[in-house]
Amino acid sequence: MSISEVRDRLGAVGRLGRSVRPSSLRDLPFPLSAPSWPASVPRPPKRSELGVNYDTEWARRYPVRLARAAWTDFVTRPLVSAVAQPSVEGLDRFEAVLGPVIFAANHSSHLDTPLVLSVMPEPWRHKIVTLAGADYFFDTRLKAAYFAFALNAVPLERIKVNRDSLSRARSLIDDGWNLLVFPEGGRSPDGWGQSHSGGAAWLAVRSGRPIVPVHIKGTGRLWPRGAKRIYTGETKVTFGAPIIPDLPARELVGQLEDAIAVLGDEATTDWWSARRRAAQGTTPPLTGPDASAWRRAWALGPSPKDSARRRSPADERRWPPKP
Amino acid sequence: MPRPGFVLEVDRSTPPVLIWHGEGFRLERLPADRSRVVYAPEPLAPLPDPDAAIRQALLDPMGDSAPLPELLHAGMRLTIAFDDLSLPLPPMRRPDNRQRVIEAVLEMAADAGVDDVVLIAALGLHRRMTDAELRHALGDRIFDAFALHGTLRQHDAEDPSELVMVGKTEKGEDVEVSRRVAESDLLVYVNINLVAMDGGHKSTSTGLMSYRSVRHHHNVKTLQHSRSLMDRPNSELHSSAWRIGRLLGEHVKVFQIETTLNNDAFPSQMAFLQKREWEWDVRDRATFLATSRGLDVLSPATKRSIFHSILAPQAMTSVQAGEVEAVHASTIEAIHRQQLVDVEGQSDVVIFGLPHVGPYNVNSIMNPLLVMCMSLGYFFNFYIGKPLVRPGGVVIVSHPTPWAFHPVHHPSYIDFFEEVLSATTDPLQIEKVYEERFATDEWYRHLYRTSYAYHGVHPFYMWYWGAHALEHAGATIIVGGNRKAVRRMGFKPATTLADALEMAEDQVGRDPTITYFRCPPVMLANVH
Repeated sequence: MSISEVRDRLGAVGRLGRSVRPSSLRDLPFPLSAPSWPASVPRPPKRSELGVNYDTEWARRYPVRLARAAWTDFVTRPLVSAVAQPSVEGLDRFEAVLGPVIFAANHSSHLDTPLVLSVMPEPWRHKIVTLAGADYFFDTRLKAAYFAFALNAVPLERIKVNRDSLSRARSLIDDGWNLLVFPEGGRSPDGWGQSHSGGAAWLAVRSGRPIVPVHIKGTGRLWPRGAKRIYTGETKVTFGAPIIPDLPARELVGQLEDAIAVLGDEATTDWWSARRRAAQGTTPPLTGPDASAWRRAWALGPSPKDSARRRSPADERRWPPKP
Repeated sequence: MPRPGFVLEVDRSTPPVLIWHGEGFRLERLPADRSRVVYAPEPLAPLPDPDAAIRQALLDPMGDSAPLPELLHAGMRLTIAFDDLSLPLPPMRRPDNRQRVIEAVLEMAADAGVDDVVLIAALGLHRRMTDAELRHALGDRIFDAFALHGTLRQHDAEDPSELVMVGKTEKGEDVEVSRRVAESDLLVYVNINLVAMDGGHKSTSTGLMSYRSVRHHHNVKTLQHSRSLMDRPNSELHSSAWRIGRLLGEHVKVFQIETTLNNDAFPSQMAFLQKREWEWDVRDRATFLATSRGLDVLSPATKRSIFHSILAPQAMTSVQAGEVEAVHASTIEAIHRQQLVDVEGQSDVVIFGLPHVGPYNVNSIMNPLLVMCMSLGYFFNFYIGKPLVRPGGVVIVSHPTPWAFHPVHHPSYIDFFEEVLSATTDPLQIEKVYEERFATDEWYRHLYRTSYAYHGVHPFYMWYWGAHALEHAGATIIVGGNRKAVRRMGFKPATTLADALEMAEDQVGRDPTITYFRCPPVMLANVH
């Protein structure tokens, strides 16, 4: 059937208009094709359906949750185990908490989210939402759909000052979802930690739910920012004791930074040393030594690209310094 | 934030616009550079908690009225009157505003220990409502509590034992009202204000009175001088109704409760009916094509039953209670907020696309007289200031206008159409020669009182409703109508809109300016 016949079958429209013989689907008259826009009507700015506007509600429906649980258990966890060989500490510190919590972790690699999700015990693992940068993870339809499915990611505005995405996250907490957030706002550019933004603390104060500090060690070496390949190696995830949000958000930010730094110290040394240094106020900050650029880079240890040195004793991060 | 109304100047890039055609619609391309389309404002946000708003209105009334609980006491006679099935349009989803309001009033009456409560459907000269229609408007709880005990009544404007003359206005207008109302300690009137014409004293002076009273404002003279029916200060009909209502108020304490609705007239499945055509997405276009193709193969009766089953999702936007005139002033403000569209100047031609339903054919047939009433009566009068069409201009109406009448609902319409209109279409002549005979005809009176028929005089009012337009416009052309029926009414039939526009040029000259009033949803043109 020709396009003209299709048009005639579906009904002539625009009876006052001139008869045009269409040669393609686009030439079909309205409403068989999209309407033209009147010249006198200003076009409204087009609202993107990507980025922070991406609707992830579908990813929290029950069938998708089932599919994601299977994906996490049978795809993500084996892959992460093969690549990152994780060990995990501190699960007992938050197991008594009832109801949703906010997991706040340091962030140096794309491996961080799948790693934390794969070591997290039930029931947390399958009832958790990850806040992910809207500008990076939701900039194309395919990426947005993938991350919404695989990581249960929801978009977070990182570029503009906007509480909307945090408010949406808060409503998810109210609905019983746990959150995984990276308060540094993005992966480390140089391998060292960054100062925290206030989003996680704001969410905790507003929702009244505790924050569980999480320290991730080693992923920055396996797949650092800008790397073109992933290296294999060992990683360690240390969970801390929940922080009850009984301070103003601004003070809670500092408390959370300190707690993750203590976990970092614990992961590098041992619990007792870390506790003592914390009590003395000498916990080494995750932001690395306050030194010149080369010394900061040097303190990270040899590059994983330097295969000849990877198995040597020098293949150790040199911060925090061992006691 | 809903967008206000909008006037589109049609240019070459304007897509075809949707025009209603009874139980259907069509897309028509209007001539560029001399046509404009008036679009209604988008629906306002409804009240977040209508029940709380109703209660608040009853406890904090307007004007010099005391709160409702203070007006209620044991041993009193309380009458609650409510608008009939002519409102709202299309019928709204349950719970209807009337149900919400009357339930709130009855709660307070129960608390006060009022035993003698009667509910009256304020029919005026309209047909009686069926049990199903009453149940829909009032809800099951009210219907079951009152209908079985005979305390849910329908106003009978022809029952001499149930009518009482309470006096005459200063202009000599008879005020003959329902006896139950006249003898009540308190009349609570519950209204739905769909358009600016409704409400105020018109509610009681039309809905609860007899032909002897109604004829004083429903006549050719008042309707020719109601400019418009939607603009009370400039409406003779309302001036008369106000005089009658005020006199009634001297005899009976009236507590008026008025509600307004947003113009969310169609369910989401038919969203395209409310959207501007250039904003139609794929779903809208697909729904339009599927619906219009489907309707093409259905019989008129099937189409009618489908369309009349549509319930509007419209929701309450305001509620006000208390003294009649203070309440109505606030109601009109709320209606203007939803419906007013500013329009610059008049045009040579105005186009109306009539939908499937009007106030007098709910669950019924829109016969030719109702087509006349809807187009020249209602649509033409949806203005403040000046009509959309210039004096001597042309009104083009799109409707199938079948030569078909509902034999139960509209028996006197059939005789009016056959006998009266074949002799003359002049409203004054019709009024002078025929009105009294139809109004006092025993058979019509019997059908009105015992069946579901409109009063014998009702078709006359349909014709008078268009009297102002008949006087103002130079010609009326009906597109796609039954040619015999159209000609019987003195109008010109046209097959297509293009033909109608060409015919209009004979009246108003070449390349006339055109206004298409894209209603529904209901709106009110503020013509400057």
